[in-house]
Amino acid sequence: MQADKIKVAILGSGNIGTDLMYKLLRQSGAMELAMVAGIDPTSEGLARARQLGIPTATNGIEAILADPDIRIVFDATSAKAHVRHARLLREHGRVAIDLTPAARGPYVVPPVNLGAHLEAPNVNLITCGGQATIPLVYAVSRVTSVRYAEIVSTVASQSAGPGTRQNIDEFTFTTARGLEEIGGAREAKAIIILNPARPPILMRNTIYVVPEGDFDENAVRDSVAQMIAEVQQYVSGYRLKNLPVIEQRTTPWGKRPVIIMLLEVEGAGDFLPTYAGNLDIMTAAAQRVGELFARHLLSKLEVPV
Amino acid sequence: MKTPRLTDTTLRDGSHPMRHQFTRQQVAAIVQALDRAGVPVIEVSHGDGLAGSSLQYGFSHTSEFDLIETARSNAERARIAALMLPGIGTRRELKEAAARGVQIVRIATQCTEADISEQHFGLAKELGLETVGFLMMAHMRSPEELVEQARLMEAYGADCVYIVDSAGAMLPQDAAARVRSLKAALSVQVGFHAHNNLGLGVANTLAALEAGADQIDGCLRGLGAGAGNAATELLAAVLDRLGMNPGLDVFGLMDAAEYIVAPIMPFQPFPDRDAITIGYAGVYSTFLLHAKQAGAQYNVDPREILVELGRRQAVAGQEDWIIDVALDLSRRRQSSTQRGHLYE
Repeated sequence: MQADKIKVAILGSGNIGTDLMYKLLRQSGAMELAMVAGIDPTSEGLARARQLGIPTATNGIEAILADPDIRIVFDATSAKAHVRHARLLREHGRVAIDLTPAARGPYVVPPVNLGAHLEAPNVNLITCGGQATIPLVYAVSRVTSVRYAEIVSTVASQSAGPGTRQNIDEFTFTTARGLEEIGGAREAKAIIILNPARPPILMRNTIYVVPEGDFDENAVRDSVAQMIAEVQQYVSGYRLKNLPVIEQRTTPWGKRPVIIMLLEVEGAGDFLPTYAGNLDIMTAAAQRVGELFARHLLSKLEVPV
Repeated sequence: MKTPRLTDTTLRDGSHPMRHQFTRQQVAAIVQALDRAGVPVIEVSHGDGLAGSSLQYGFSHTSEFDLIETARSNAERARIAALMLPGIGTRRELKEAAARGVQIVRIATQCTEADISEQHFGLAKELGLETVGFLMMAHMRSPEELVEQARLMEAYGADCVYIVDSAGAMLPQDAAARVRSLKAALSVQVGFHAHNNLGLGVANTLAALEAGADQIDGCLRGLGAGAGNAATELLAAVLDRLGMNPGLDVFGLMDAAEYIVAPIMPFQPFPDRDAITIGYAGVYSTFLLHAKQAGAQYNVDPREILVELGRRQAVAGQEDWIIDVALDLSRRRQSSTQRGHLYE
């Protein structure tokens, strides 16, 4: 038997789940979206899925577990809910691609370690702020070692759903750990700000990097420019507002040059309007990771006769 | 009007003009003086709240937990409070602060985003802390919208909800209308936190009291962000003259301001050109020093930076946008100069 698609499901019908649904429908690749499961029967996401003819469920994870053909599950619920989901999915032998900051599995940031952990039962996509900023911290740390990285993600209030709001601490913990483990900073800190401006602001990220010692400014700029181009392959609205600037700042390690990068992320507008780049970078990353897992699973199915 | 409870926040809001360089010795001296003068609550933490020590806001000279511990051990009657902003500080720091002596936590959100504070109120109550909700930048929304947000904080466990004029942008009637609406809608206490950017710190506090406020804030010598806050010693004198002195030693506070705080201040917060701009444009008071610095670095007028931040509707904690605006303004000026050359 040879399948050409792997069935996948989206768990969570909020902003992120719905945005991902549109992406998977637009470009399914090796994945077939077989279900969108939520817990709120009146949610807009489920209504849209029904309209598009995608099987839906309102009893959360149960319907997904009941269908053994679903091999990959994108969890777009909340950090708290994912702790339970992670266990159930593992017990049922499904691959979990976790879009919450629960951090049960190893971290994946596509332009840094996309192909890693293909045998892991659960991979975590950190946070929207992490997906936006870790590539740039990594772009610096691959050129010169990084003593400290700090990021500030500012997102439009309208783009932050209840899952993000109820688990805001997990955003800061998980983003900071991702900046260290994947970004390569010895120490890191993350701050998130919700901005209610009318009309809504584009997702903005400020990335401060303190290198360990002397560094080649041109090498840093080149590496950053290269990384921006890589992320733009899957998030076209990912761009620096200015070239990286270097300021002398007082730090716990003395007066040090600090590399400051001002990043703007404009979304594709798949579900929420283009200001919600934070959704886009998360769901676009999830799609990339899901596609690779699906191909990997397919390759394992293709056993020679 | 009722006799209010006064919280002195010299050691928190004053952390901004002090560039977060408070030492244990300074904290001990200020706490002793406030405690002796009958101030019932003293707030101590980084200016941007627990875990505010950062490149974004400025690193602390001394760990805020050490400062909290020093404050607690030097207070005989006063209780120690700390500020936290969800998104910056987390439950981890809140637990640590409680372990080191904090008895009251003031949990602050942008005035439209109260629902990011549920976890923190929950933990504070588990820890047995008194809780205060802070609706920051409250000039940006109507009394009705603020009531909705205040009700959320009340539901999460706030013992008091403050209208916080973080930008010092309110006129007395703005302060009164907001406090009155919250008083009518909530069963918990209501507070008011003023900034003096339009020279109205004490006037707005009085308007809030007339509207029914139960709690108010002050700083010795007005040492706080922007043009500073309502001065604690001034509030004490005014409340005393109104016959509403909640047990404050007016002369003691005047002396503490004059002889303990004034000598260590890097400058006297005052409604100068840039500080007035903050109130006038309605931007976060802590932007003052960051805008001055970016103005000097990128050769842009800080007032232009502040006005542009107001236009972009920057909110509490968005210090990083200052560099962005400064770069944009500097580039805009360069390109207009270049055009000028072409036409010459």
